[in-house]
Amino acid sequence: MVRFIGFLIGLVFAGVLLIAFIGNLASYFSSPPEPLAADEFHLPPKEVHFSSDGPFGTFDKRQLQRGFQVFSEVCSACHSLKLVSFRDLKGLGYNDAEIKKIASDWKVETPTINPDTGEPSTRKSLPSDTIPPPFPNEVAARAANNNALPPDLSLITKAREGGAHYVYSILTGFQNQPAALLKKFPDAKTPPNLHYNPYFANLNIAMPPPLTTDGQVQYQDGTKPTVDQMAKDVAAFLVWTAQPELQRRHDAGLAVTFFLLIATILAYLAKQQIWHEAHRSVRIAGPLEPGNQVKTRRAKSKAGVAG
Amino acid sequence: MSFSWAKPYEPKHPVMRWLDERLPLPRVIYGAIGGGYPVPRNLNYWWNFGVLAGIFLTIQILTGIVLAMHYTASTDGAFNSVNQLIMRDVNAGWLLRYAHMNGASFFFLVVYIHIFRGLYYGSYKAPRELVWMLGLVIYLLMMATAFMGYVLPWGQMSYWGAQVITNFFSAIPVIGEPLRIWVLGGYAPDEAALTRFFSLHYLLPFIIAAVVILHIWALHIPGSGNPTGVDVKDERDTLPFHPYYTAKDGWFAAAFLLFYVIVTYFLPNYLGSPDNYTPANPLATPAEIVPEWYLLPFYAILRSFTADFILPAKLWGVLAMFSSILLLFFLPWIDKSPVRSGTYRPLFKRFFWLLVIDVLVLGWVGGSPVKPLTVAVGQIAAAYYFLHFLVILPLVSRFETPLPLPMSITESVLHGSEAEVAPAPKTQRRAKSATAAAE
Repeated sequence: MVRFIGFLIGLVFAGVLLIAFIGNLASYFSSPPEPLAADEFHLPPKEVHFSSDGPFGTFDKRQLQRGFQVFSEVCSACHSLKLVSFRDLKGLGYNDAEIKKIASDWKVETPTINPDTGEPSTRKSLPSDTIPPPFPNEVAARAANNNALPPDLSLITKAREGGAHYVYSILTGFQNQPAALLKKFPDAKTPPNLHYNPYFANLNIAMPPPLTTDGQVQYQDGTKPTVDQMAKDVAAFLVWTAQPELQRRHDAGLAVTFFLLIATILAYLAKQQIWHEAHRSVRIAGPLEPGNQVKTRRAKSKAGVAG
Repeated sequence: MSFSWAKPYEPKHPVMRWLDERLPLPRVIYGAIGGGYPVPRNLNYWWNFGVLAGIFLTIQILTGIVLAMHYTASTDGAFNSVNQLIMRDVNAGWLLRYAHMNGASFFFLVVYIHIFRGLYYGSYKAPRELVWMLGLVIYLLMMATAFMGYVLPWGQMSYWGAQVITNFFSAIPVIGEPLRIWVLGGYAPDEAALTRFFSLHYLLPFIIAAVVILHIWALHIPGSGNPTGVDVKDERDTLPFHPYYTAKDGWFAAAFLLFYVIVTYFLPNYLGSPDNYTPANPLATPAEIVPEWYLLPFYAILRSFTADFILPAKLWGVLAMFSSILLLFFLPWIDKSPVRSGTYRPLFKRFFWLLVIDVLVLGWVGGSPVKPLTVAVGQIAAAYYFLHFLVILPLVSRFETPLPLPMSITESVLHGSEAEVAPAPKTQRRAKSATAAAE
């Protein structure tokens, strides 16, 4: 009975799927989906090397400091970094005094309450504060940016496919719309206030090119601040903001892997020792395994051996 | 418990004797996972995944308890409590979270291998039907737990995943929509949903642990199966669980954990969706709403039903998705072949591997963007899934001629050496075993 009911249910589901399949193919062939400009002109992130790439990736602290400088002089005009505290900057190699200075010099002050009147007020930031956002709330951020919301950058390299490579590609990917695109998709002209960038999912990004000229930021360590270098540095910095534990994680991972490898070998030897008593390695792949029986029979008949 | 030659517990230490006389807990453990449980001597490495599943359940519970100490179950605080407090400020919080996140994936991986091992070797057949069904209960509880756990960080995929999954309820006629609102505690996922998911996410693993005990208990009545599917006949066929299988499980667990550790430390976000690092926003739907990889085959089945035929397409999808798991409960009665092991079932074996490919294809379709051609592939694959279990399997078990089975486990283990030195009675033996199989 179970099998009979099951049989019917199976046929019903398969039948309904067949109807759906035919309907699906019919609509596909009668009205094939129209190609979109974004399908054809969207590009995957550029190939570029970061020291944090791969299982042995590490941070280049000088690069992180340069990236932080780019962030604080350029990006932080619109983007927040809400999850990062000033004290976390120790991870970039700054000492306590430097961090104190960075916090109190930050161009936006930390919101607080006036202790005398209870009115909302601001004060200079302390190392224990998170980096204050450039806009007090989403409405203010949208009002200042043509109704676009600059995303928080704390986790951006984890929140986008491609991570740092994506950030670098967006920063260096601004260009004029290709003539081929406009020829094929005349309606896909980049709207005013948006900017063509083939690395962005729908090709038109609200953010104007933030890094436009070489030397926009003056590096202290003598690195030449080309647009490419600044984009790379800030992308590397944003890897750190998203995964400040990355280097520690990689180091710990190596140690744990090594330890577990030794443990595996020892446990395997112990197992061999214990199973030695059971005489035979235990598997069913003996001559009675059906595949082997066929082989044996074939070999025997070939050799003319009876049985 | 299971065999007459199982060694009874003999306390060696006076303290253990004292305890055993008052509360025979050491006796129970000795009989369950100690020297008192005889196990077929010919288990291959596919039999290691049950113990591994237990290890991963333990890892999940331990890391989860500590994570819950730092987590805030509120729509305002959840995302930051995970991504700021736990990932940055809690000592080794990043390790706990990544271990928990990837532990869920590895738990499912291990359980999937365990389930497919059961499907291949006929572990669901008499007398182990209840073992199989309790295993399916564990699997269903795991899916519920994993889904609710994925909602907790309150990222974009958490929110929209909760939205999509709870929407299944609204496919039920008449009571669907009120039921959905009751389950969520509101019209859309919000504070009420998050806090109840957190509560249940903490509760269910302990229920899973309880069902695991029943699963092992039910297993120990007939004893473990084995790759030949032949019943244990005498003491020569078995080895005590300890030290033989503790040693074998031990080294294999270490080797498998190596794989888990490498993913956790070096590729912690590989299996997750980047969208979940964006805070939940009820006003912005992500481009693609995709569940975690271990639910993708079912998601593909759900999305394959695109035609309204008598019932609305959505209801068909939900019915089919639940049926795809529920039908497994009937497997012991659907597959009537007396031969357990797929090794001795040539036709069954082919269809088994086709099913494995089919489920992988469904997984791929479930994770791909909805395009007419991928949906078409998914529809074929979903149809095969149902036909495999409900139509092909009963027919195969009726018409297939199985290969001759070995006389006993020992014969197959000892490479049939006796049979080799004396080839003459071999045909006789074969005929005998074939009749044994037919019984």
